[in-house]
Amino acid sequence: MTDSILEARKLTKIYGSNVIFKDIDLKVAEGETIVIIGPSGTGKSTLLRCMNLLTKADNGQIFLDGKEITAPDYNEDQVRQQIGMVFQNFLLFNHLTALDNVMIGLTKVKKLPKEQAREKAMEELKRVGLADRADHYPGQLSGGQQQRVGIARALAMDPRVMLFDEPTSALDPELIGEVLGVMEKLARDRMTMLVVTHEMGFAREVADRIVFMEKGHIVEEGSPDDLFYHPKHDRTREFLWKITELYGKKEKEAGGNP
Amino acid sequence: MLSNFISYILQGTATTIAVTLIALPSGLLVGLLLALLHTYGGKVANRFAAAYSLLMRSVPPIVLLFILYFILSGNLINLNEFWAGSLSLGIVSSAYQMEILRGALLSVGSGQMTAARAVGMSRLQAIQHILLPQALRLAIPPWSNEASIVLKDSSLVYALGVPEILRRAQQLSATTQQPFLAYGTAALIYFVLVFAVNRGLDYLSERTKLPTHP
Repeated sequence: MTDSILEARKLTKIYGSNVIFKDIDLKVAEGETIVIIGPSGTGKSTLLRCMNLLTKADNGQIFLDGKEITAPDYNEDQVRQQIGMVFQNFLLFNHLTALDNVMIGLTKVKKLPKEQAREKAMEELKRVGLADRADHYPGQLSGGQQQRVGIARALAMDPRVMLFDEPTSALDPELIGEVLGVMEKLARDRMTMLVVTHEMGFAREVADRIVFMEKGHIVEEGSPDDLFYHPKHDRTREFLWKITELYGKKEKEAGGNP
Repeated sequence: MLSNFISYILQGTATTIAVTLIALPSGLLVGLLLALLHTYGGKVANRFAAAYSLLMRSVPPIVLLFILYFILSGNLINLNEFWAGSLSLGIVSSAYQMEILRGALLSVGSGQMTAARAVGMSRLQAIQHILLPQALRLAIPPWSNEASIVLKDSSLVYALGVPEILRRAQQLSATTQQPFLAYGTAALIYFVLVFAVNRGLDYLSERTKLPTHP
């Protein structure tokens, strides 16, 4: 039907009288990395949660591989197996080791035999560079390591798309790099990714397309070059200017402070 | 004479332990079911669990025990005083155990449910594999408190004629005219039992504690 893996059509979410976002159209093509940016409270995270049906949209449709997953009696659990999600606050299963965190979806949801699941889980931990932490509990891992386990947990299910909800916002600055590194590698391997983040460096370097959202609307979308250097809307220019100014300052401070 | 005395009360100890071993697990089972209904059930289930808890916790255990006893050993269900008494105690305890487990489930947090659903688990799978293992760990210390309460409250079935520690102590007190020795022995046995239960559960809590820091 379409060549997009994940598509939202006229998606609307309302809490009470509060419109979170309205009539959002978004297409994610195979192998594409899309970064959603925008001020806090503009519905970016809610949009992401709607895309894998964790939150129910009030209006509009979502298609996964051309099939409408917002149809009334569609199997939601089946959908979420195919859409991986990485959370701002990691949300690892605290009572399980890193390996078991990655394994549990394989054994309990995909019903793989234990040995096969273990092998696959180890592979995913290697992919995020944490094979040597397999038997550590979340409480024994740094934030950056926890988030990488979170990525491995999602990857283990062999998802069609990966959703990242501000994956580095809760991390200490020196731990952000390791998580972005893993994400960059995924993007290079042509994993299909939809990322909400404030990391402008990542957006500029890695994104195929950037979507600028504000107050529940998509203001502008385009290639990183278009948005960063030739934004069509004043608001986009203003937002990006503010953010890069902030980062520029940070960089200057870091430079002046050996 | 003293050894006879003590062995008579110790036989009651077996009954006390048996009553507790019926009341605590049956209360846990009902309490767990109600806690899950309250936390994850719909509006009706939630209201029902809340009303049950309020009712059970607002009436003195001994009063409930008499009411439940006359239901459980009535015409419809006809259990002997030992079973009727033990199960009644379990029902009273279930309301308290429900509150303990409900608190534990809430403190695990909704994020764990979200993460489990995001992996593709159903609500039931998430509860079974992700939420309960964590909630039960958190519940051990408050549950240890409830376990000692049930152990001590098992003395209430004395009123139904079950020959547990207190009833035997009372009989001895009457026949030997040594109330201090009789009730003192009973108190000592309860103390040792509660102490052992609390220590055992402390150990379990320590053993199941999740490691933090390398």
